Amino acid sequence: MWVWIVCLLTAAPALAEPLCSKEVCDNYGYKVRISIKTALGDKAYEWNESEMFLFRATVAFAMRRYTSDETYNVSDIVVCNKTARVSFWFLVTSPANTAQLVPRGQVEAAVRLSRNRINSAFLLTDQTLQFVGILPTLAPPISYDTPPWLIVFGVVMGVVCAGIITLLLSTLLKRTRSKKNLLETEEEEDRRGSITANGRLCESLREKDPGRGHPDDVHLSKL
Amino acid sequence: HRPEAGHEDRPKWDNKVQYLLTCVGFAVGLGNVWRFPYLCQIYGGGAFLIPYLIALVFEGLPLLYLELAIGQSLRQGSIGVWNSISPYLGGVGVASMAVSFLVGLFYNTILAWVLWYFFNSFQDPLPWSQCPLNENLTDYVEECVRGTAANYYWYRVTLNITPDISSSGSLQWWLVLSLALAWSIVYICFIRGIETVGKAVYVTATFPYLVLTIFLVRALTLPGAIDGLEYLFTPDWGVLLNPQVWLDAATQIFFSLSLAFGGLIAFASYNPRKNNCERDALLVGCINSATSLYASIPIFAILGFKATTNFNNCITSNVLKLTNEFDIAEKNITADNYDMWLKTLNTSHPDRINSLELRECNLKRFMDQSVSGTGLAFIVFTEAVIEMPASQVWAVLFFIMLFSLGLSSMFGNLEGVLTPLFDLHMVPSWVPKELFTGIICMVSFLVALIFTMGSGNYWLEIFNSYVGSVPLLIIAFFEITSVVVFYGMKRFSEDIEFMTGHRPGLFWHLCWMGVSPLMLLVVLVAYVVVQVQVQPQYPTWNPSYTLFPEAEVKPYPDWVFAICVMLSAVPVVPIPLVALYHLIRRLTHPEQHTRDEPHVSNPYDNKAFMFNIQPTSAQWSQRSE
Repeated sequence: MWVWIVCLLTAAPALAEPLCSKEVCDNYGYKVRISIKTALGDKAYEWNESEMFLFRATVAFAMRRYTSDETYNVSDIVVCNKTARVSFWFLVTSPANTAQLVPRGQVEAAVRLSRNRINSAFLLTDQTLQFVGILPTLAPPISYDTPPWLIVFGVVMGVVCAGIITLLLSTLLKRTRSKKNLLETEEEEDRRGSITANGRLCESLREKDPGRGHPDDVHLSKL
Repeated sequence: HRPEAGHEDRPKWDNKVQYLLTCVGFAVGLGNVWRFPYLCQIYGGGAFLIPYLIALVFEGLPLLYLELAIGQSLRQGSIGVWNSISPYLGGVGVASMAVSFLVGLFYNTILAWVLWYFFNSFQDPLPWSQCPLNENLTDYVEECVRGTAANYYWYRVTLNITPDISSSGSLQWWLVLSLALAWSIVYICFIRGIETVGKAVYVTATFPYLVLTIFLVRALTLPGAIDGLEYLFTPDWGVLLNPQVWLDAATQIFFSLSLAFGGLIAFASYNPRKNNCERDALLVGCINSATSLYASIPIFAILGFKATTNFNNCITSNVLKLTNEFDIAEKNITADNYDMWLKTLNTSHPDRINSLELRECNLKRFMDQSVSGTGLAFIVFTEAVIEMPASQVWAVLFFIMLFSLGLSSMFGNLEGVLTPLFDLHMVPSWVPKELFTGIICMVSFLVALIFTMGSGNYWLEIFNSYVGSVPLLIIAFFEITSVVVFYGMKRFSEDIEFMTGHRPGLFWHLCWMGVSPLMLLVVLVAYVVVQVQVQPQYPTWNPSYTLFPEAEVKPYPDWVFAICVMLSAVPVVPIPLVALYHLIRRLTHPEQHTRDEPHVSNPYDNKAFMFNIQPTSAQWSQRSE
């Protein structure tokens, strides 16, 4: 009998707080770290019991959403080991039986499913509302139908090719035109007889550059 | 075909400004932005300017003046000029042309990389700011996580580099496209020779200065910029005793001014004969060095900003680790009281502190991570740009600036190849100039496809080190001795007097006849000695290396080393070969081959002709129609 009473007395404190012991937390709970000042700077709000209440409510919402069991309540979320860091451990008990704890895997899956909603409730991100052990969901890379670089490349290449073709065509036209002119002037020369100065027609000099032709004649004559 | 026709239609510059901008654009290139600041940093900041300026005054400016003067007076490209002086020296021109061609190959590949980054700067977020996810979408790609995102983007996404030079990999199609575009842009600027080049340089030579100024203003407002500048310019006078510094200063000024490529000779040959080339040389040389200095200011301000950002991130991560481990309230530990907290916690819980593996955060160590070359532009700078607000704008500006710097240098390279070929009438007259230019561009593009393979970057480094170094020094040495010994200082001074109106001063005489050839010889010998002592090896990007992301240094395989030696030797082999060829011809056909007969019908070689007429610029422009 005495043994029974002693056992009850020693077991009572253990039974009274089994949830926040290290073994229970490690097996069933998750550590949460909240960095409000890092995330919000000047607009940081203070972490108090009301915020904690909101946290428990959002986790209960996550459990409801994941298990589609509408009996989860704020009281089913147990919070332990609160520190000034703002970090704490939380456990989820089953709504049917408060002594039974929800396995870690289920809690993780529930949190992952509603991670975005939980973050938004606190205006935080995956990094500032940190569930230690639950990896943040990675944003999928933005995929484009046509890579943007190809578009820019296409534009520049098109402009350059158009430029090359334009310049080549204009050079070609100029050359055929000057060849035609040369043929005409050669015919004239044959008909009139050539008066050349330094291997060039005086007429063709004047034709090409009326401004400069005459002074050069004077220079040439010095020789 | 009338005898004067070859010189009647010699192209000419529209105005002096075009000529100066083209020369400045050729001299000012990528090296001014990414090599000079690096040298300044590793060689004791402000103290490096002393050997640099001495090398400029005694080696750079005399050689520059010589090239511009000889080109302007003999009015030919590099082969023609040396042929005119003596047929035995024709090999010097051929060597210049070969080096210009080889350098042009890899230089335009760098421009292709710049274009690739430019195209990818039009995205939000910038692609090199984040790591891609792996196939399972569970985590980031491992190679990226171990290195950094910018490193991964450069080595894997852009280059797709192989672990060593022996494995060639395949052609990377995106680089092939960029290379095709780079050569197309060069072609369109060169399509009508200097007519189009002269117009293009109005933009390509001036735009970099605009961007550098914008960057200067932006960079000076960044946090940590002043630290970077202090670090750069604080002189360490002890460095002047190190001979390696003097060697690097001399080689830097030499390559920076783009001497011995033949491009400067070609540009000067389109000038009217009466043009003050002494002033041009001084102007181009001083602008080039001033640009190097000016560019190093924003570069180092930005590097200082990056080092400060890295330092702050390091401290922040350490603070976070401490805060999380000891559950201290947020923001109680800051960067300021971090040391105090660390000391307190270390005395009370040393084992827990040790288990945290806190990083060593030392600002000086971050600053010391100096990089030059492609690493500076494509890794360090791109990382810095991500941290700046409106990153896309800065990235686009930066890459356009690099592209125009490089493009104006490419003009000189291509000119050094085309002008000698045109002058020697090696191009049949039925082939139009545009077609021949296009053929050369196409051939260069096809050969440069080696640099678009997986191992392309390794080959580019080989070309950069072996082609763009010793051959140029040898060619320059022969250039200066040819003019002094074969052409004669007396004749050269008279030419210069005709062109500029006064004979070159005593300083120039001393430099050309003594100081510069001696300096060149010393630099050449020292360079070769240093290279020979160092076992040729190269850094590789090998993800399976144990110490990855550090570069694994591997020695060159024998066949690669043979290619390196060939790359240094083959461009200079024409110098003795051509001399030998002419010697043999003279010995076997003495009656046909008189000693003084110039190889090219250059009427201006006849001294009597030079002294009797005083041509005016109007007459020359009429002649070139």
